[in-house]
Amino acid sequence: MAQLTESVKPADARGRTAPPRTARRRKVRAGGAGKQHNGGPIAYAFLILAALVSLFPLYWTVVAASHTDTDIVTPPTPLLPGSHLIDNLKIVWDQVDMTKALVNSTIVAGTVAISTVLFATLAGFAFAKLEFRGRNALLTIVVATMTVPPQLTVIPLYQIITDAGWVGHLQSVILPSLVAAFGVFFMRQFLSEALPIELVEAARVDGAHSLRIIWHVVFPIARPAMAVLGMLVFVQSWNDFFWPFIALSQQNPTVQVALAGVGSGNHQIDHAVVVCAALVATLPLLLVFAVLGKQIVSGITAGAVKS
Amino acid sequence: MATSAPPAGWRSRLYRLDTKASPYAYIAPFFLVFAAFGLFPLIYTGWLSLHHVELGQSGSGTWVGFDNYTSLWDNQFFWKALRNTFTLGVISTVPQLLMALGLAHLLNYKLRARGFFRVAVLAPYATSIAAAALVFVQLFNPDYGMINQFLGHVGVHDIRWDSSKWPAQIAISAIVTWRWTGYNALIYLAAMQAVPADLYEAAALDGASRWRQFLSVTIPSIRPTIFFTIIVSTIGATQLFGEPLIYGGGVGPTGGTDHQYQTLSLYMYDKGWQVGQLGQASAVAWVMLLILLLIGAAQLLVMRANRRKLGG
Repeated sequence: MAQLTESVKPADARGRTAPPRTARRRKVRAGGAGKQHNGGPIAYAFLILAALVSLFPLYWTVVAASHTDTDIVTPPTPLLPGSHLIDNLKIVWDQVDMTKALVNSTIVAGTVAISTVLFATLAGFAFAKLEFRGRNALLTIVVATMTVPPQLTVIPLYQIITDAGWVGHLQSVILPSLVAAFGVFFMRQFLSEALPIELVEAARVDGAHSLRIIWHVVFPIARPAMAVLGMLVFVQSWNDFFWPFIALSQQNPTVQVALAGVGSGNHQIDHAVVVCAALVATLPLLLVFAVLGKQIVSGITAGAVKS
Repeated sequence: MATSAPPAGWRSRLYRLDTKASPYAYIAPFFLVFAAFGLFPLIYTGWLSLHHVELGQSGSGTWVGFDNYTSLWDNQFFWKALRNTFTLGVISTVPQLLMALGLAHLLNYKLRARGFFRVAVLAPYATSIAAAALVFVQLFNPDYGMINQFLGHVGVHDIRWDSSKWPAQIAISAIVTWRWTGYNALIYLAAMQAVPADLYEAAALDGASRWRQFLSVTIPSIRPTIFFTIIVSTIGATQLFGEPLIYGGGVGPTGGTDHQYQTLSLYMYDKGWQVGQLGQASAVAWVMLLILLLIGAAQLLVMRANRRKLGG
């Protein structure tokens, strides 16, 4: 065990700087950045406009959530926050069980994120670094599965969960999402660059079996990408709508399903309350974004560059 | 352990088995999940589309051949949904990707507060379809919404964002565009930053303006990424569901009182879970599959032609 980590370390140091391909790419990228032009006033004007358009609806969500229905439906529309946020929150919680919805969404998105990261790292490692028959064909299949829309699978899935008695239960939305092709591809891209093959071979020479290699070599190196993937999957799963809307009910909803109920319920619609519910549903993710925005940005851009 | 000489026999056999089998073990979870919740339902949907199956019924019901398809062919709302899916798809992806390109170009300048701009344009991505749609419904409300108030100041009055077909479709595509433009811009930005600087230097030596450089260096260099985003956005656009559903409020899955923004996805849900005809809904699903395959083939052809033209 001690011997394993010891023999791994020098290879790690060597491996990270040695491969000429990475080094060249890094140089090119650095050169590219050095040649960037400064943004002129027009560039700033457009960027500020883009930022405003992106952020204004979010800001106005806070504004509308803190006013009364009458304020919103009588022009001019309020542009500054009001004083009815607490009242609206109370009504939201009266109309739907938001606590349950938030807990459910956390359970679903958390489980899906953890299992996707785990399985995607295993598969991504296999596709990036291991030799096996049919590797390229299987990888092509993985990528191709990304194009299958959920609409093509929900009808039999609904029959299955009906037979199993899972309609309205969380496992019906968790199980189909346990691992997604996007995650496999993401981890494969990361590991083919970040994990030197010498490291795997060194561990193998030391007699480590493959689960040990996963635990002591792959996971430590993949950790940053696993964190980013976990966040991306969590966001996606938290916001997922189509299948949860079909499989779950208002008695045991995720946040998104609850929102759809608030927006189209039989009760007289109070627009401020509806927007307030949207705020409650969005706030957890916006907080994550405020704290980890930069990491998420770098994660999206890292996964995007394809070899 | 330090002196472990390579033992012969079972140990090396075990070792070989480990290296041979472990890759398959690692990819197995993905393929098991896909087989159970992707491939099987995909094919079984096709089988169901040839049957009369009702909601709540398990198994495949009674065989009806291609009846579900012919009844779609004769249904005006199916054709409407097909047209709406197409028009909504175009107006929610084409402007979006063009704006994302421009935005990425701007974000690629050396900027103060670059981190802020990047996070700001990505913020809508953190908003869910449901939340965004609920807020946009308010902004686009024809009677008291902020958009019509603003348009009133510049002399455009009373656009019916709810009942008129094109305004409603534009409003829905605004939700899609708002949520995804920043995300795609960041993907383009990453690709742009990987373009080698000497290409720009050579172009500048040839006297190419910055706009010219953008057209003849940046765009061709990030072509694979552009194709990638086109494919992903097209797939996304053919399955629009939550935005038009929630935009319609209490109307439900009809996509407006006159089906003016009912997409195929909504139509499928309507057939399956409102009318309760899972067989017909399955037929709609397979029509969507057919459309996706056609679009995919067309994109592949364009990509091939494009590559040949540029000789790369």
